[in-house]
Amino acid sequence: MRSILSLTLVLLISLLTGCATQSTYDYTAFRESKPRSILVLPPVNDSLEVGASYSFLSQVSYPLAESGYYVFPVAVAEETFRENGLTDPQEIHALPLEKLNDVFGADAVMYIKITQYGTSYQIIASDTRVTAEASLVDSRSGQLLWKGAATASSTEQSNNSGGGLVGMLVVALVDQVINTTTERSHQVAGITSMRLLTTHSVNGILPGPRAPALQRQ
Amino acid sequence: MTLTYLRSSGLLVAALVAGCAPVNQPLYHWGDYQQTIYQYHQDGVTDYAAQVGRVEALLNQAQAQGKSVPPGLHAHLGMLYFNTGREIEAREQFAMEKSLFPESGHFVDYVLKAQPEHNQ
Repeated sequence: MRSILSLTLVLLISLLTGCATQSTYDYTAFRESKPRSILVLPPVNDSLEVGASYSFLSQVSYPLAESGYYVFPVAVAEETFRENGLTDPQEIHALPLEKLNDVFGADAVMYIKITQYGTSYQIIASDTRVTAEASLVDSRSGQLLWKGAATASSTEQSNNSGGGLVGMLVVALVDQVINTTTERSHQVAGITSMRLLTTHSVNGILPGPRAPALQRQ
Repeated sequence: MTLTYLRSSGLLVAALVAGCAPVNQPLYHWGDYQQTIYQYHQDGVTDYAAQVGRVEALLNQAQAQGKSVPPGLHAHLGMLYFNTGREIEAREQFAMEKSLFPESGHFVDYVLKAQPEHNQ
């Protein structure tokens, strides 16, 4: 039940962030590389919330796959790292690309860093906020193809960062559906992930080869 | 209450879809797949049989609706089968992943090679 709601929420957000068209990002390297597949490494977590890394990781597949990329199964990749004695995201991010290529054969590798994750209690209302940065790297050349950052907050209606209507909807949905702060953070992380990794965002990633032709132009 | 809420959010989505640039149908049937991935990682739950049930259910739903499953789902199910000793089915799932998504070929080969053969 809850998952239907969260899907609706995610859809809403993607639609609402989807109308802008301006673009200033230099996509030259991205266009030349034409990655078909993306390996998302477990995110490095700079927040104090222990579960932040996997909470975010479990929600990256939807936006990236729907953008037209093959996304390596995060649960299987994680188990593969674990079997090789690697559980610390920091350590995994430091692996040489050749090592990753030997195992996964991905066209591009995505590095995510979570800078904010969780609820801070303020006098009037609590604020649940998740902020993350991502960079996409060509796995052969090591060249940076794209980087971006996104944030989502349960109090968006007051600071208006996502537009009035969006903010109100976010708050209304999150308030209604979510009971515990852990679940709330996880939900907000899903919104951040959508904003960060959808092709519809301003300066977002380019559509991949499995995206409908209309999107790819 | 929840039903009304669902309906109203459905209407909202519809209104937004109509009012915005072309929005495509999702490429894949996701169901609660991401929630499944998340939930079983929480608290170090290792009830592989229950996970198998959830992922199989998703697969059946998608098939019943004639929709594609997301990339990685067959490989994920394959891993769960390996973890529960269902080796033949596991290999079938990995083969499925590779044929639906050739981009996974190198990784699938790696996983299958790393998997010890069990000959009873």
